[in-house]
Amino acid sequence: MDYLKAFIVGGGICVIGQILLDRTKLMPAHILVSFLTIGVILGALGLYDPIVEFGGAGAKTPIPGFGYTLARGAIEGAKKDGIFGAFAGGAKAGAGGVAAAIFFGYIMALIFDPKTKD
Amino acid sequence: MPLKKIGNQTIKLLNPPSIISHYSIVGPKEGDGPLKDYFDLILEDDLWGEESFEKAERKIQEQAVRAAVDGAQLSLQDIDFLLAGDLLNQIVASGYAARELAIPFFGLYGACSTMTESLSLGAMLVEGGFADRVVCATSSHFSSAERQFRFPLEYGAQRSFSAQWTVTGAGATVLSSYGSGPYITYITPGRIIDPGITDAANMGASMAPAAIDTLVNHFQDTGFQPSDYDLIISGDLGIVGKSIVIDLMKEKGYDISKNYTDCGVEIFNPNTQDTHAGGSGCGCSAVVFNGYILKEMKKGRFKRVLFMATGALHSTTINQQGESIPSIAHAVTIDINNEQVM
Amino acid sequence: MQNFNKKDYQEYAMRKVPKPTYLKNAILAFLVGGGFCTIAQFIYNFLSSRGFNDEISSMGTSIFMIFLGSLLTGLGVYDKIGKVGGAGAAVPITGFANSIVAPAMEFKREGFIFGVAAKMFIIAGPVLVYGIGSSVIVGILTILFKG
Repeated sequence: MDYLKAFIVGGGICVIGQILLDRTKLMPAHILVSFLTIGVILGALGLYDPIVEFGGAGAKTPIPGFGYTLARGAIEGAKKDGIFGAFAGGAKAGAGGVAAAIFFGYIMALIFDPKTKD
Repeated sequence: MPLKKIGNQTIKLLNPPSIISHYSIVGPKEGDGPLKDYFDLILEDDLWGEESFEKAERKIQEQAVRAAVDGAQLSLQDIDFLLAGDLLNQIVASGYAARELAIPFFGLYGACSTMTESLSLGAMLVEGGFADRVVCATSSHFSSAERQFRFPLEYGAQRSFSAQWTVTGAGATVLSSYGSGPYITYITPGRIIDPGITDAANMGASMAPAAIDTLVNHFQDTGFQPSDYDLIISGDLGIVGKSIVIDLMKEKGYDISKNYTDCGVEIFNPNTQDTHAGGSGCGCSAVVFNGYILKEMKKGRFKRVLFMATGALHSTTINQQGESIPSIAHAVTIDINNEQVM
Repeated sequence: MQNFNKKDYQEYAMRKVPKPTYLKNAILAFLVGGGFCTIAQFIYNFLSSRGFNDEISSMGTSIFMIFLGSLLTGLGVYDKIGKVGGAGAAVPITGFANSIVAPAMEFKREGFIFGVAAKMFIIAGPVLVYGIGSSVIVGILTILFKG
């Protein structure tokens, strides 16, 4: 059951992105940055939690979910360590993902070459 | 009034130079398209044994020039000047090819209009008595263009339906003061026209006004009608741009719907090759001209062709600064006969 | 041609561009995006069942999905998924990985320092800047309003 919910919520967020891509002049970069920032804002206000409750990975995998993670990390950091936590908290929460991206990115670049499109 | 200029901006060559040789090389996708039987060499892969796409493009252009010169039974030393350009920053494909060819070299940047820009200047050098033989060449490469202008190859972006596919290919034409045609008889260079479009995925619409401006000036300067040509063909306006040109030319009183098409439209099959609005790039007009058009002219199917390559002269930087995309179109009249119709 | 109306022309040109296949794109985005999220849910459930808490399971899921996106990019498959899925491939965290791995691979030819390393974040950069940047603002606001 939670697979179905994840599918619907995750798919739904992506559909919103697709509609914006197709119907507006927004480019993918605009949409990703806005989705991310909306995720941060909703996360900070506690409004993303119900979506996470319901959708699980469907809410955390799309990019607003990353924003939500960063916001929560910043709030916890601020509460625990004051101003220092305010700076470090968000970045700390996202650090695992960024490190993974750097690490795997480098390895893939070592092993693979880009292939021509046909 | 200069001796050989007529009207606003057209040059009438009184002693038209001849096209004595031509050669086209294309990548696998182009070699799979509707015009595949016309190209002289179809590559099996687009690296051609080189380490990078830029180096491959350099090799493709160099080989096209060598083969064209060979085809005229000449050697590189017999060529007075090389006029060439491409899409890469600092036109490195052309510059580094010229390094290998060791011919006195004029590097050009006309983006996708380079084929006719080089033919125009080359024809003037020959007819003006400044050279006996010149080579006009240009190239483009899908992957080197994507890297520079758009996205890395493995990036999962979706293309819009107005987007075009940069052709991997090079074309080279040898012009001579001696020969029996086809001849370059008229040249109408273009002005830069900017309709204010900022979407780099809609080049056809950006470039159509420049094409229309050049066509109208050509007809007005020369007094020709579209029906004086067997074929009017633009460089890479694509399906969208071609449709715009036909419509707006009609509004200006010129019906070109029967004998006008576009190299970008002809080179790929949109239904089977997923190329959306068609081919683009300097190589597009170059290989279609040096492959399809000249061969059909030799067979007698086209006697008089108006060939007009169109180029967009923006850069990603200035586009990101909010500037729109300005374009230019240069037209040349290619005639089987050395006769002025005027 | 100098005195043609640019605004009119731009509107006219927009009408000439074939419209995207809206419904098909939306359905495919839904399926592809939903598919990635379902895989993520599977991984999360697996980690949870192994006794990891929510925070670790989420972190592990993210890392796995990034690995998946990176691998699919390396194999030359992700660009095909993106062509079909559009936002369904760009919005999930696998898309984030793709936007980092694709330039890393592409610019290998310029070397491992000036190519791979320097250009790795050329597409994903804005995500990190705006994400971390706005998280700092959230942290500061938290102190101001709850501190």
